[in-house]
Amino acid sequence: MQLSLGPVLYNWAPERWRDFYFRIADEAPLDVVSVGEVVCSKRSPFFADLIPGVVERLQSAGKQVLLGSLILVSLRRERRQTEELAAAEGVMVEVNDLTCLRALAGRPHAIGPFVNIYNEASAAFHAARGARRICLPPELPLASVATIARAVPDTTIEVFAFGRVPLAISARCYHARLHKLAKDNCRFVCEKDPDGLLLNTLEQQDFLTINGVQTLSHTCANLLGEAGILRESNVGSLRLSPQDCDMVVVARTFRDVLNGRDDVEGGNRRLAAAYPGVPFSNGFLWAEPGHVYRQARSGDAQGSAQIGLL
Amino acid sequence: MMELICPAGTPAALKSAIDAGADAIYCGFNDETNARNFPGLNFSRDELRKGIALAHGRGAKILVAINTFPRASAVDIWHRAVDDAASAGADALILADIGLMDYAARRHPNQRLHVSVQAAAANPDAIAFYAENFGARRVVLPRVLSVPEIAEITRESACETEVFVFGGLCVMAEGRCSLSSYATGKSPNMQGVCSPPSHVTYEQTAEGTKSSLGGFTINRFGSSEPAGYPTLCKGRFSTAQGAGYIFEDPVSLDATTLLKGLRDAGVTALKIEGRQRGRAYVESVVRHFRHALAALESGSEAEIASLKPFTEGQASTVGAYRKTWR
Repeated sequence: MQLSLGPVLYNWAPERWRDFYFRIADEAPLDVVSVGEVVCSKRSPFFADLIPGVVERLQSAGKQVLLGSLILVSLRRERRQTEELAAAEGVMVEVNDLTCLRALAGRPHAIGPFVNIYNEASAAFHAARGARRICLPPELPLASVATIARAVPDTTIEVFAFGRVPLAISARCYHARLHKLAKDNCRFVCEKDPDGLLLNTLEQQDFLTINGVQTLSHTCANLLGEAGILRESNVGSLRLSPQDCDMVVVARTFRDVLNGRDDVEGGNRRLAAAYPGVPFSNGFLWAEPGHVYRQARSGDAQGSAQIGLL
Repeated sequence: MMELICPAGTPAALKSAIDAGADAIYCGFNDETNARNFPGLNFSRDELRKGIALAHGRGAKILVAINTFPRASAVDIWHRAVDDAASAGADALILADIGLMDYAARRHPNQRLHVSVQAAAANPDAIAFYAENFGARRVVLPRVLSVPEIAEITRESACETEVFVFGGLCVMAEGRCSLSSYATGKSPNMQGVCSPPSHVTYEQTAEGTKSSLGGFTINRFGSSEPAGYPTLCKGRFSTAQGAGYIFEDPVSLDATTLLKGLRDAGVTALKIEGRQRGRAYVESVVRHFRHALAALESGSEAEIASLKPFTEGQASTVGAYRKTWR
């Protein structure tokens, strides 16, 4: 089972962003790292100059690097940016919107969790056109994940396993709206919330997280307990999505549980300590509301029955 | 003249739409294959065949929406929907899933295909992808674009464009939103429902009415305020930066005043949302737009009748078509 790191979804200060990846390169037991600004094209210029150095550092450390494309492409400059990305050599692109797929014209690529692949037919379509890796949409239940993974054995199937769950993307910026600013003059207020802005219900229930044009869950996906059953289901990679916490500890925890050096309970304790105050969730995988957290272990009888392994 | 595409959730609504002057009616089967999968709504195979016969007799077209994303291991349900709609004589199929479009294009090469708004094709490159791979003839554009953006896309588009002019308004990119399933386990993409009534509760409190979805409070209304439906993205929430309608005010789209701009942009068809709405809605809204289009054609200023009773929260907006927030 591979471990991959998704792109930083929040607006971090550029130096902090660079140093985060340098440390990931040196210390985190990850196989694949996806890099690049995928949420907001306005943020991209701040990171553009730092990307080559980060890519090189990660590659030197033996990690496969993917360059992520924008999730929502509408402006002309965003289309141009996507086209340029698709022309990149020496690094595989991670497609987050079909705009990018057309530009790749069949060259080997990865597909990120923002492209709708809900069934084996869609997965096969993409695999036949050069998709070597597919990170499935986070809302997919285990039964669908297993069917898809069986259908495309030559493509590495990845599941979103840690981090606040991306739930929606909009042309409109909610950070700007909250600060009573126009999107074109947003003053990059999202940088004040490196782990996103908490959205509560009027009854003060923690609910969602705002990240500019993106909306994520308040809960943190945690599929540590499902790693075993995902492995049995031919899932080849678990994705960890960067939060404002020690992601090296998160990666080591997943690696230790996968290698049997720690058990799920111990791993969950370490994750809770590394990212305190944010509840876990795994409901999507169990075909329940996404915010739910259900205790499950590898070899879980009910889970195995659900995907027809028993 | 731009085509007027109208919703029908029942055979009765379909007839009302034809009577009111629809050029085409879109509808779906009564199962999870369409994105308005509500109890008591939509068409059986037999009802669709009869509806198509009625429409064709009156010179109107029928477009069949099969626009959810097929469930893994059950794609044959969606394949059957495509086969049955094609053999019933549908004028076009409205599809969102790549795998399903691939199936339809190969199995029914002469069937006209439209790209559903749920496919979120928001620029000419994405549209070209669908046109090149599946021969799609029309794309329904996301409701996040402004009129100048629609004009630019339409100029470069590899196929015809269709835009929403009235009804419910998604504030998130359509087909790319899991907010509903996060709260309830049911999503537009998979089950064809958003913020489903089965998960809605209203509670009377000392301060007024509280509406919830899947246990999350979506809004609170004072006793003088009408309690609106708790569509998740149109709720009132609270953050450290303030409380209120964080995503969007509970308003409906009404682009009546923008018809000329849309025509000049080269848009082929105008779409009215609301397959879940009753005959009275269909009848009034279709008639309104038929008059507005006739006025536009004759060069006279469109007379804007009040559509307020049919809008959400009795308030309307031109939405992203004028990007005041840009």
